[in-house]
Amino acid sequence: MTEQNGARPQMPLGLARLGYSGVIQHLAAGDASSALSADELESRLIELGFVEGVRVEVLHEGIVGRDPIAVRVENVTIAVRRREAMAIIVA
Amino acid sequence: MEAPLMHLALVGTPNSGKTSLFNALTGSRQKVANYPGVTVERKEGSFVTPLGRQVSLVDLPGTYSLRGRSPDEEITRDIVLGRTPGEALPDLVLCVADSTNLRLTIRLLLELKSTGRPLMLVLNMFDIATRRGVTVDVPRLSETLGVPVVTSIAVRKGGTAELLRRTDEIIAAQAPQPARPNLWQPLNVAQLRATQREADRIIAATISLPARPDTWTARIDAVVLHPVAGLAILALILFVMFQAVFAWAAPLMELLATAFGALGELVSDTMPAGILQSFLQNGVISGVGSVVVFLPQIVIIFLFILLLEDFGYMARAAFLMDRIMGGAGLHGRAFIPLLSSFACAIPGIMATRVIDNRRDRLTTILIAPLMTCSARIPVYTLIISAFIPARQVWGFINLQGLVMFGLYVAGIASALGVSSLIKFFMWRDYAPAPFMLELPDYKMPRPRSIAIGVYTRAKMFLQRAGTTIFAMMVLIWFLASFPQPPEGATDPAINYSLAAMIGKALEPLLAPVGFNWQIAVALIPGMAAREVAVAALGTVYAIEGGKEAAEQIGAVLATKWSLATALSLLAWFVFAPQCASTLAVIRRETASWTWMWVTFGYMFALAYAASFATYTIAVALGAG
Ligand SMILES: Nc1nc2c(ncn2[C@@H]2O[C@H](COP(=O)(O)OP(=O)(O)OP(=O)(O)O)[C@@H](O)[C@H]2O)c(=O)[nH]1
Ligand SMILES: [Mg+2]
Repeated sequence: MTEQNGARPQMPLGLARLGYSGVIQHLAAGDASSALSADELESRLIELGFVEGVRVEVLHEGIVGRDPIAVRVENVTIAVRRREAMAIIVA
Repeated sequence: MEAPLMHLALVGTPNSGKTSLFNALTGSRQKVANYPGVTVERKEGSFVTPLGRQVSLVDLPGTYSLRGRSPDEEITRDIVLGRTPGEALPDLVLCVADSTNLRLTIRLLLELKSTGRPLMLVLNMFDIATRRGVTVDVPRLSETLGVPVVTSIAVRKGGTAELLRRTDEIIAAQAPQPARPNLWQPLNVAQLRATQREADRIIAATISLPARPDTWTARIDAVVLHPVAGLAILALILFVMFQAVFAWAAPLMELLATAFGALGELVSDTMPAGILQSFLQNGVISGVGSVVVFLPQIVIIFLFILLLEDFGYMARAAFLMDRIMGGAGLHGRAFIPLLSSFACAIPGIMATRVIDNRRDRLTTILIAPLMTCSARIPVYTLIISAFIPARQVWGFINLQGLVMFGLYVAGIASALGVSSLIKFFMWRDYAPAPFMLELPDYKMPRPRSIAIGVYTRAKMFLQRAGTTIFAMMVLIWFLASFPQPPEGATDPAINYSLAAMIGKALEPLLAPVGFNWQIAVALIPGMAAREVAVAALGTVYAIEGGKEAAEQIGAVLATKWSLATALSLLAWFVFAPQCASTLAVIRRETASWTWMWVTFGYMFALAYAASFATYTIAVALGAG
């Protein structure tokens, strides 16, 4: 699936800057230090449409620690904290 | 023979328009607003199809899956799976989708198929989808999914015609069909992912989505969600709201107050002096009237809140406030329940059902009553207008409005403070719960739904004035009028009454915070509802002071109380647990008496401490 954005390095969406646009490579819920269990976090992310191959864009960020972020996922905008967004690996 | 009643259920992702459809089909007026998580209860209604079939319809909280991870989602799951005692399994599940955002609903629909319930997919908000250039191959979609698909526009007249027609067809065709078994199991991560992939595949084959986001939403969000400008706008909105409550409402309130004054005079001029005259003039007109004059303020505050809700601003405000609230140990989803508590803590506490984590939900419930609800407005306004001069500060800010704003800020600050304390003392192992919220596209508020919302609220307010408050007033009037003074008594008659005895018995307790016995008398029935305290003061001082007092309760207070007492009473009402219905809802939602008493106890303690501090400081500064 990396062929879409072949040259770009992979990174967690939680580190993306404002305006970043990329494609979801995989979910790594175990790596995010969320209060949720890895399974629960992954389920919720999928339920909000964060699955492999989907294009995401960081539209807005908050004032304290640039957190949370508003992410465009296909046709919806979802607000998430960077902590949880660390589980979304993009490139 | 009459055909059996059909049971239909509305299921779908949050904010897809289920309640709008419910209202359109059944003629109800359930709350609709443009943010996810409005409906948190099961609501039932009924309608008759074009072919004359009687249908019972339930509206349910929105959900992304049947996992039931928060109390509101459990309600939906239990209805769909037939686990709710005394509730029929739905004969047809209407899966409602926002047509501009079908991915999540189609995944939900695939999950729903495993329950074996007959399904129909409703592509709602089709007007918006059409405007954006979304085209759906409806027959193909229906064939691929294996369920009937209809389009609908819940908010337009006739927008549900196709839905009704298909429902009739399905009902007619369904009877001989054997029920399919329920094979639903909670989906594991891999299944969930596979389902979403399948949904995306189906969408790619049947729907063309121009990747054209709503340009208006993008433009507005560029400003409203700007880290700095966004917070400034949020503060400005709240500030304007409280200024408006004062500035705009004043002329109307004066009109109402004059009308009640004239009514009181009419009664005193035309009726013979005696018990009945006193009851009508002091008990009913001064008491209930003193609350009803606040109607314009209630209308204005609800107008603001409803406009913000319908426009789609609430989810943005939650986004802006997330980290600030998180610092105080609050869940990201706590913002909307807390903001709703500005109207009334009861819907606010109910709205905490969207919070999945039990502890976070409990914290939110405990602090919700600290948000300044609309029932405090009469109390605040009465005291502010009697004691704070209506000066302009810096040329454009109304000082009274500023004090009001300060009281709201005090409520918010204390809520955040209490939440921090709870986090610090009770839950040492606290880990911040995640915040994940859909930010819906902005929608133009529709005048009709705003009008209905304001009307419903105004009606509720007047109904309360006519029932709870009226009943309390009868009681107060009675206590303040009997026993009658002995022959040849020189003091005002009220000094011989039961009310004075009770008030004077309590006075020593309340003297340290600067309350006199009249306030003590008003606070007790004020436990039923906060506005009652205002009405009670109206009655007590009217009986004590006679005709002039009845007309201008504010003016009377200004002569009877010191500024320190007035400020102390304001501080009291920021915290005091003066609302029986809120306590009852806390008991119901937490299913525990303990938490209800905890709320009562801590608020009471805070109220006493705050009043004591305010009074002591004010007296020391010479306001005693
Ligand atoms: N233009 C348009 N707006 C709609 C339509 N249906 C609903 N809306 C709007 O969409 C928003 C959400 O509607 P609701 O009926 O509250 O949605 P819901 O599915 O009940 O939401 P929850 O109870 O939060 O799950 C409101 O602002 C409605 O006015 C539609 O067909 N067309
Ligand atoms: Mg609803």
